[in-house]
Amino acid sequence: MATITSDAVVRPVPQVLAHDVIAPRKTKRWVDWVLTTDHKKIGIMYLVLTGVFFCMGGVEALMMRTQLSVPNNTLLTSEHYNQLLTLHGTTMIFLFVVPVWAGFGNYFLPLMIGARDMAFPRLNAMSFWLLALGGIVFYATLFFHPPDAGWWSYPPLSESLYSPSGGQDAWIFLIHLTGISSLLGAINFYVTIVNMRAPGMSWNRLPLFIWSLLVYAILLIIALPVVAAAVTMLLTDRHFGTHFFQPTVHGSPVLWQHLFWFFGHPEVYIMILPGFGVVSEVIPVFSRKPIFGYKAIAAATTVIAFLATLVWAHHMFASPLPIVVLGFFMLSSFLIGVPTGVKIFNWIATLWRGSLVMTTALWFTIGFIAIFIIGGITGIFLAVFPVDWQLNDTYFVVAHFHYVLMGGAVFTVFAGLYYWYPKMTGRLLNEPLGKASFWFMFVGFNATFFVQHALGLSGMPRRIYTYQPGLGWSTYNLISTIGSYILGVGVLLTIVNIYRSLTKGQIAGPDPWKGNTLEWFTPSPPPVNNFDEVPRVRSVEPMRDIRRQVERQTGVIQKGGGSEQFVRSS
Amino acid sequence: MALRTDKTRASIRIGSLATRAAKIPYRSADRHPRLTRPGGHIECRPALVPAKHKERNGRARRDRLARVAALRVIPALAVVVGTLMLTPDAFANFITPKSGGSPNANSIHSLYVIVLIVAAVVFVVVEGALIVAVFRFRAKKHPVAHQTHGNTKLEIGWTAGAAVILLILTVVTFIKLPSIVNAPNSDADGLNLTASLSTPSPPNGKKLDICIQARQYIWRYTYGAGCKTDSFFKKEPYSFTTMVVPVHTTVVLTIQSSDVIHSWWVPSLGGKVDAVPGYTTYTWFKATHIGFYHGQCAQLCGTNHAAMVAYVRVVSPQEYETWLGKQEAEITAQSDQVQQLRQILTSENQLGN
Repeated sequence: MATITSDAVVRPVPQVLAHDVIAPRKTKRWVDWVLTTDHKKIGIMYLVLTGVFFCMGGVEALMMRTQLSVPNNTLLTSEHYNQLLTLHGTTMIFLFVVPVWAGFGNYFLPLMIGARDMAFPRLNAMSFWLLALGGIVFYATLFFHPPDAGWWSYPPLSESLYSPSGGQDAWIFLIHLTGISSLLGAINFYVTIVNMRAPGMSWNRLPLFIWSLLVYAILLIIALPVVAAAVTMLLTDRHFGTHFFQPTVHGSPVLWQHLFWFFGHPEVYIMILPGFGVVSEVIPVFSRKPIFGYKAIAAATTVIAFLATLVWAHHMFASPLPIVVLGFFMLSSFLIGVPTGVKIFNWIATLWRGSLVMTTALWFTIGFIAIFIIGGITGIFLAVFPVDWQLNDTYFVVAHFHYVLMGGAVFTVFAGLYYWYPKMTGRLLNEPLGKASFWFMFVGFNATFFVQHALGLSGMPRRIYTYQPGLGWSTYNLISTIGSYILGVGVLLTIVNIYRSLTKGQIAGPDPWKGNTLEWFTPSPPPVNNFDEVPRVRSVEPMRDIRRQVERQTGVIQKGGGSEQFVRSS
Repeated sequence: MALRTDKTRASIRIGSLATRAAKIPYRSADRHPRLTRPGGHIECRPALVPAKHKERNGRARRDRLARVAALRVIPALAVVVGTLMLTPDAFANFITPKSGGSPNANSIHSLYVIVLIVAAVVFVVVEGALIVAVFRFRAKKHPVAHQTHGNTKLEIGWTAGAAVILLILTVVTFIKLPSIVNAPNSDADGLNLTASLSTPSPPNGKKLDICIQARQYIWRYTYGAGCKTDSFFKKEPYSFTTMVVPVHTTVVLTIQSSDVIHSWWVPSLGGKVDAVPGYTTYTWFKATHIGFYHGQCAQLCGTNHAAMVAYVRVVSPQEYETWLGKQEAEITAQSDQVQQLRQILTSENQLGN
């Protein structure tokens, strides 16, 4: 319990931290949002839009799980199922996970480094609207013919001979639009981080979330042009008479696989590294101690980025490649396990001997670690290429990458949401509801995906719309479907929580968690210019330094952990 | 130390510097020390102080829930998982891949088991550490956090440890690899064959070549041929969907696709191999006993992907010879019939030009 005496003279009124300039409103509120270049408004628009796509992708997943709940189900036709799996994969990757980090990044990057906006605010607005356009183009296919060649769209299946509909072209257009959007965003992030840090914020005082955003930006800049080239080649194959990927005229379908996965694997790290960053921010705050091995975590992030460009062919172990190539990609995939393992060890070491405040944000973070350990370990199975010959393209892989991506991205997004929602709205999310949401999601997630390992081991390939009874798959599939609904309930609880807390949530104040980083220095929500005055940064935890200084100078020393004593506000 | 009173706050509110922070109503506990120092104005607001009794009730309820979880839910889960692992028929292959039909599948299985053992140890240690940390270091039990920034020796240690484990797995994989990739000789009681070296071969060169041609959405098997272009004119026997093979005989599969990418996979007989148009890929198996195996296309190949099943029927060499003869005779008979029909239709001028 913080020692705050009730004497009004000892406890003066809080100074206004930054001044909101209130000019008379000339435009309508929605026009403000459409025309804004404020990084916070853009960030919120990103989060809302990607949240909508997340729900759509989730509904698609539930439809697929319902179809698979019993053998020989006729709820969906195979055409619809193939469309759903393509929509689900593409939505979750290109319209949810990658841009949701752009959303958090937009909102918190300037705040965490003590800047007043991004380096290029208009470019920032443009990347958001390109993303929105990409989503509209893609989902417009619902009215004619959605693409159905899967999110990696292997030719020749995605060539015009086998996928003549415009849905495939809409998919290509989506990759281009979201690609340009992410590329512009990445350049913006990179320039902002390199140039606009607060005085004193050297590279070894950069918050770890910002480190991960920096690496996210670099990986996007490396990977996106490759996929842009690949889909352009597919487009010219489909409409302009080239045959890059058409085997009948000496094109090569394997070329597509190389190009696509050269983008596709860094994409995995693009999706989870910012999640790692969130975890590296949340854990020290709620353990009330510094992050364990700051330099090791930052170094691991950059090493992962480097290795991420060297592991792509582990998606192609069953493709025609020489054994020596398979051996190389097994080794490189093993190697990337080392820095990832280091991060997990460091997080556990940060929790170790801490004083854990079990907020929903911390629960989601711990849930992430628990899930991600399993995803990492099954990754080792898949990296052993002879074993992968059995497991590739089965439900084992589906289970593996959901453990990695649901854990690495969705659970960390939720952790970030519970952690930063008070900063964005000025109100706390409801904690009991949040914890209920967490437990539903955690139990539902494991029920859905753990048995899918067994499904894959029992020989069920992925992407089949139905199956025969008597193959030993029926029970696992039923368990998985039930789990997916439990997971859905968990997500729904958080959506209710977000909506409810907007008006009914407890007032948060500028720093409800006693955070470490500069975003907690501003009021909640921060005014347009973020900071009137940017404090000088002396360590990785500038807010902690400020709190200590306040204690020293006011003489109000708190019990127990001093400035790290924490009062939960729920 | 410059301290402000409530009056000054009111003046801020009324003044032109209206702020969002000032709009929020403050509770009595929400008043703060303020700091002014030469470098600038820096303030800190501690969190709101919650109502005490509310939290205590919440905690009691949580503890009760935790106890219920520990006493009821965890044993129930254990029973469910235990049942899943111990019921052999309905829940085959809960933790290991299918095998038992061919030496390569068995080798993959044993490699998998080695990885599984290492993985299980890592899993127990790391998840264990996480669970212990979460239960032991709650603020209630452990109010003061140990302020540490790291431990270089420990960090180097676990980095090296992870690398060593992966190095061991690499070595084991390459030791196991030949038994998965290289086809062995047929057994003495397998099909009697002559040697040929056109495709990947066992040491003595004696193997049964089967050409697999994948297309949307069916598998075609041509027997005794390695996907040579003249197999059609030579009238090599073929079959669709169900492959018939002799037991104890090394079968080398030559795999091609004529449209999109498919993937050949019969789990009990070994790993999957993609059938990529424009490429020829190979694999092998040597059925260890008579039986019937299920497999299906593992790469999304279009609308009927789910229906693209592959069966392998393993029979004795004698039965195989008989079946092959019968198949050959039937194919010849049918193609003769087609030939006759074509002649009749041509003579009646019904086929057009």
